[in-house]
Amino acid sequence: MTQESLALGSAVAVPEAAPRARAHAITEPRLVRYVLIAVAMGYLALFLVLPLVAVFSQALQRGLGVYFAAITDPIALAAIQLTLLTAAISVPLNVVFGVAAAWAITKFNFVGKSVLSTLIDLPFSVSPVISGLIFVVLFGAQGWLGPFLGEQGIRIIFAVPGIVLATTFVTFPFVARELIPLMQSQGHEEEEAAVVLGANGWQTFFRVTLPSIKWGLMYGIILCNARAMGEFGAVSVVSGRIRGETNTMPLQVEILYNEYQFAAAFAVASLLTLLALVTLVVKSVIEWQTQRAS
Amino acid sequence: MILKQRSILPGFGLAMGFTLVYLSLLVLIPLSGLVLKATTLGFDRFWDTITAPRAIAAYQVTFTTSLIAATINAVFGLLVAWVLVRYTFPGKRLVDGLVDLPFALPTAVAGITLTFLYSSNGWIGRYLDQVGIKSAFSPLGIVIALTFIGLPFVVRTVQPVLEDLDVETEEAAMSLGATRWQTFSRVIFPTLLPAILTGFALAFARALGEYGSVVFIAGNMPMQTEIVPLLIVTKLEQFDYAGAAALAVVMLVVSFVMLLVINLLQRWSEAKQ
Repeated sequence: MTQESLALGSAVAVPEAAPRARAHAITEPRLVRYVLIAVAMGYLALFLVLPLVAVFSQALQRGLGVYFAAITDPIALAAIQLTLLTAAISVPLNVVFGVAAAWAITKFNFVGKSVLSTLIDLPFSVSPVISGLIFVVLFGAQGWLGPFLGEQGIRIIFAVPGIVLATTFVTFPFVARELIPLMQSQGHEEEEAAVVLGANGWQTFFRVTLPSIKWGLMYGIILCNARAMGEFGAVSVVSGRIRGETNTMPLQVEILYNEYQFAAAFAVASLLTLLALVTLVVKSVIEWQTQRAS
Repeated sequence: MILKQRSILPGFGLAMGFTLVYLSLLVLIPLSGLVLKATTLGFDRFWDTITAPRAIAAYQVTFTTSLIAATINAVFGLLVAWVLVRYTFPGKRLVDGLVDLPFALPTAVAGITLTFLYSSNGWIGRYLDQVGIKSAFSPLGIVIALTFIGLPFVVRTVQPVLEDLDVETEEAAMSLGATRWQTFSRVIFPTLLPAILTGFALAFARALGEYGSVVFIAGNMPMQTEIVPLLIVTKLEQFDYAGAAALAVVMLVVSFVMLLVINLLQRWSEAKQ
């Protein structure tokens, strides 16, 4: 299992998890329990709650007027647009890939399956900076294909295609990682039955497989989208930070911050924080849905 | 040799073909291009680049801060997982959901927020300053950012193991006369250890490559608070592609070793259950 999928929990993959032990016959003395709860909550308050409060308080420190001015600034709007565009390309690509890879890996037996699984996880273990660097080395001015692309007048690095490529690389495994364990646990008898009864491949997929993986797919998409919209390291390496052109929202946050426009930086950051919170809520809802269904 | 077992399901060719083409174009070819770029240096210059004093200092900063952050997360991650699984308290579900925040929150947002909190006039930094502790723009700042980034790992690896833990072994230990602390340290803890180490290794691996949250809070002083990913970016900004690629190859090798360690730990963890 990979870093992200593990940390974010494969809720969908373990429907038959043992019920939580509710009543423990033996537990710690009340005082010890309270102290442990207090220390754990103190740690989470310091590292999770305080930063959340800080983002919004800093975003609104100069009042609502400044806040809305900051997020409706033309350059901020261009950054929002580019972020949405990037996610709108990267996420569907990785969804198609994730479904195809999961179909091949879980419905068939072939040589090299575990190697393929490991390769799919690869982008998770690569530093974001390296995820951007590989495309600079490939398409940059002094990269392998740079001179050729220059003659053709095609710009990839310091342009939108590079941002999309880096983002797609970084979010590459999300959907596949969520679907593979889920489809593995479901086996392939139902699809085989559908085929025997005369369904063609697409009918089998859309009427048998898709309904049974829809929550897992949603889960993968929501995580993939959150990372696509929030990626910083990889995108900053390939972007060139041309205002209004190659600035995504996280890069806009950086630029404003480095220009000491703190209220504006936190205003754009607050939008990304809202996205993160929505992601967490949707993720929890999907987890409850699958727990109820099982 | 049969490369693929017969199946009545259709779509293998299409799914497999698309998977391989997409994987090659997006991941395998670009990664090979990077390694190839590093080889253009020749061995001597490659070696000089990756053993330059500034690079060595960056390895040390990255490695030490990642190790400290992962250790903090191992201790507190175990505690948080324990509290979430074993005790009931109001708002538990909300807290459980919030643990994943570091993964959903863009790293740049984490970076500027933590920098604000810990800088000398920030909410926390001002008090640390009074007792003479400089947090932002020092190695401590890097540790803080990496602790935030790695927070969910140990919690999420330990939680399922703790949930599945057999209460009867604990009852047996107690009935044989063990104190609660002895039961924890000799019965429960050894069972959790592989999961704790897996979470620790995941947090450590993630910290090694982290960039976004660190660059804001680190101060980025060469030889002191410069992490390896930042040094790569610096080389890139000087158009030293090959030098950047050389350092990236070092990081890739470390990532693969970590990946191997994590796989072994997970196998140990599964065997133990």
